[in-house]
Amino acid sequence: MPDAIEVTSLTKTFGPTVAVDHVSFSVQEGEIFGFLGPNGAGKTTTTRMLTGVIPPDAGTALILGYDIRHSPVLAKQGFGVVPETSNAYTDLSAWQNLMLMGDLYGLPRGRATKRASDLLGMLGLLERKDQKVQAFSKGMKQRLILAMALIHEPGLLFLDEPTSGLDVQSTQMILSLLRTLNRSGTTIFLTTHNMEEANRLCHRVGIIRSGTIVAVDAPEKLKAAIDRVHRIEVSFDRQVPPDALGRLPGVTGADRTGDKWRITAENPDTVIRSLVAFSREQDVAIVTLTTLAPSLDDAFIRLTEEGSP
Amino acid sequence: MNPAGLSGQIRRAWAIARKDIRIYYVKGPVLIFGIFMPVFLFLAFLMGSRQLPLAFLVSGLIGMTLFFTATAVSPAIFPWEGQAKTLERLASCPIMVEAIILGDMIASTLFGIGITIITVLIGIALGLPLLHAVTLLAAILLAACCFSAIGMLLAVPPTNVPSNIMMLSSLLKFPLVFISGIFVPLEQMPSWGLALAVCSPLTYFTDIVRYSFTGSHFFPVLVDIAALGTFTVVFSAGAMILHKRTMPRRM
Repeated sequence: MPDAIEVTSLTKTFGPTVAVDHVSFSVQEGEIFGFLGPNGAGKTTTTRMLTGVIPPDAGTALILGYDIRHSPVLAKQGFGVVPETSNAYTDLSAWQNLMLMGDLYGLPRGRATKRASDLLGMLGLLERKDQKVQAFSKGMKQRLILAMALIHEPGLLFLDEPTSGLDVQSTQMILSLLRTLNRSGTTIFLTTHNMEEANRLCHRVGIIRSGTIVAVDAPEKLKAAIDRVHRIEVSFDRQVPPDALGRLPGVTGADRTGDKWRITAENPDTVIRSLVAFSREQDVAIVTLTTLAPSLDDAFIRLTEEGSP
Repeated sequence: MNPAGLSGQIRRAWAIARKDIRIYYVKGPVLIFGIFMPVFLFLAFLMGSRQLPLAFLVSGLIGMTLFFTATAVSPAIFPWEGQAKTLERLASCPIMVEAIILGDMIASTLFGIGITIITVLIGIALGLPLLHAVTLLAAILLAACCFSAIGMLLAVPPTNVPSNIMMLSSLLKFPLVFISGIFVPLEQMPSWGLALAVCSPLTYFTDIVRYSFTGSHFFPVLVDIAALGTFTVVFSAGAMILHKRTMPRRM
């Protein structure tokens, strides 16, 4: 599958500070890519370089095949941007903001009108379309920003903390729309602090720390990679011999805690298979089976703390 | 249509201009610096110099009106948009910096032309004969472009505080008014004053306005037009080049 974003050695300095230091990664077409990192790690600077808002000092970024430095207009025509801070024109109405975006993306007026109506309806803003944006709540503004980013049906969408500080209704509406968009082929580059959101939404995540990429992988693989020893909790419908679990293939330790057994293993897949075979042989039923793998939070904290002063 | 092509970018510039017209024409500082300031300045001058002929006074008022109005909108837009983060939105859209500047200049130019036409009509209503209407209209159009480009140049320093730019703008605009033959006829200026006057584009516009109402002029009309055209090209190109450099620092 071709790359929607291809970043090679991207670098940005502000005075003596290296904000982004030779960052390289790629995002495939049709992928939801999460871009994670602690505050000040370089996430927003990277996103701003990718969207052509600020120029990089070195390196290249190919967006949908166009170099963002040398063909910025052609690259920008193919993507939409939802920044962290709402930046609709508050003196204009929702409708006027969308028509302005339609004009800036070169849409014929008929198509812009149709898209604006559809998007405002989908995002629950159609009844407020003629109201000035300054009267909108934060959630409504964010939904409008999303509509503005989608007016030209972009193949790639950049989102910077799209659900930060939003109410549950707006958050669910935005996440649901992102899933629908991705299913229809839109590539999504999502900058977020919300690990649960990244875990549930992203096919792959990149973690940046102090301006350098420390990991790029699928969330589950990242979780697995940071902790070689996995824990599994299992309980049966009746007592099992105390030493039997410890001898199963793949099990490195088994401790009883209450009515459950806590098993440690290097390869959870082998152990789960062994436990299923064991329950069949011993004629005992498995009541609960829980893998206690590290969360994406754990992975994030481990990866962003390693090497920190 | 190629979005990076000339026609595509001109369409986008016009979209920017329409947005500016909707938002910035009614902003307080634009009205204060663009309309009230020249009106009160003129009234103060009128009360203090009753011996000057009406044609001279009205010509000065027209020159001052166009200068203040056409330089009122353009310097305010970039700092305002930088502050509201809407500039970042424009920077991520498929529009070149040059087209954004052009759009802002169009909005500023139209504001200047609209208010100045009213002043011209007031002059005619006061009984002044308009001898060279076409020349005056051409000069208003050209000078409005020139002054809006000056406004864009004033907004080059990458500050996102509109009052800073308005202050800088006043610092430059008032001296220009005093050296451009609005309050003192060019014929009565000392040689050092005249040397300063030729450096101001407002001088050439005021000269054409006087020619249009009285038939007399200091410079040949073609020189006035050529000077205004040259200033327009130089200032517009300068604004586009400099804004392209400083725009990322506003983000």
